[in-house]
Amino acid sequence: MKHLIDIMELTTEEINELIATAEDIMANPDKYCEACKRKKLATLFYEPSTRTRLSFEAAMLELGGSVLGFSEASSSSVSKGESVADTARTVSCYADIIAMRHPKEGAPLVASKFATVPVINAGDGGHNHPTQTLTDLLTIKREKGRLSRLTIGCCGDLKFGRTVHSLIFAMSRYPEVDFILISPEELRIPEHVRGECLDKTGIPYQETTSLEDAMPKLDILYMTRVQRERFFNEQDYIRLKDSYILTPDKLGNARKDLSILHPLPRVNEISTAIDTDPRACYFRQALCGKYIRMALILKLLEVRV
Amino acid sequence: MIIGTIVNGIVIDHIPAGHGMELYRYLNLDRLECEVALIKNAASTKRTKKDILKINEVIDLNFDILGYIDPRITVNIIQGGERVKKLHPPLPKQITNIIRCKNPRCITSIEQDLPHVFRLTDEEKGVYRCIYCDTKAK
Repeated sequence: MKHLIDIMELTTEEINELIATAEDIMANPDKYCEACKRKKLATLFYEPSTRTRLSFEAAMLELGGSVLGFSEASSSSVSKGESVADTARTVSCYADIIAMRHPKEGAPLVASKFATVPVINAGDGGHNHPTQTLTDLLTIKREKGRLSRLTIGCCGDLKFGRTVHSLIFAMSRYPEVDFILISPEELRIPEHVRGECLDKTGIPYQETTSLEDAMPKLDILYMTRVQRERFFNEQDYIRLKDSYILTPDKLGNARKDLSILHPLPRVNEISTAIDTDPRACYFRQALCGKYIRMALILKLLEVRV
Repeated sequence: MIIGTIVNGIVIDHIPAGHGMELYRYLNLDRLECEVALIKNAASTKRTKKDILKINEVIDLNFDILGYIDPRITVNIIQGGERVKKLHPPLPKQITNIIRCKNPRCITSIEQDLPHVFRLTDEEKGVYRCIYCDTKAK
């Protein structure tokens, strides 16, 4: 039985296969509408995450399956002190597959060791969020038609942004990909991502503090939010925050075929004036999230259509 | 300083100076009935100083612990007053319940029964990371 806890557990072939399935579902939704009939997905969300939970639930419902679960720890037996291991064992009796979000890092891995059904990590603290990365990959594939020969700009909080780390690890497998890492000094990409991925694989990358300088070179711009609480002092935050907010004037020297991605939720890091720009992909990206989760559920349940 | 010669037992040599007591605890040598000697800061040709453990009995050793502390440690098995075997502990691929994850965001911080497992992620630099949260062992 297979689980998905970390994006790096998937081979490149498996990722490509999931993307192909997701694209087939998008093209032929009727073919899949009863694929998971009588199957149940348990969404065990120990912390609220509207978008991820709803996309998992929508994915299962569109496959003809049903959904059960909880959306915060206080409404589950964890409030009585039940361990993740026991919850996983118990829920395995009621559901065919589990999607788990937990504030503690590694909780879905623990669940996978005790569950008798597949477990999907739907986000464990600031650690892993593999279905977000799959969503990003599907979005890039659909927007660009390829996952190779791309210059990807990652902008904002690159130190704590787990989605950026996972994206770098995942995209490092594809040929002729290079990165421009745009962030304030305080929020540069951490050493372990540099050492264990970028330097190890020899992927070309450059670090800059200027979004404007990087902009003309980019095929993809992956935005994340620079959060006030990440700064040691308020003055630095105030000085820097506007540099990493995407506004129409900053797109002045961008390519016509740039794709702007964002894992959402957005607060203020992308101006709403950009939403109508055809290069803004983030809402199409959210849609991709449902389809890639459908493909993943099919794969883990070993359902062939 | 003279420590008596072992007839049948184990000499754990080339322990990095300062780690002898740590190893003594990890190996639960306090539970042994036989004579055990810990020599601290002995002169070393390979290093300037080293620690040595002498155990006057042949016991089962946890080589994972030894390898984790330092794969340059040597284990000498003594029989009849002669060294019959000299072993180097390999760098273990995984260690369980030897060190604890210190990350307060790790699931091990709230689920007490979970084993603390660290996996070797960089053989060259000897880096171990928690299997749950990927935090680097210090």
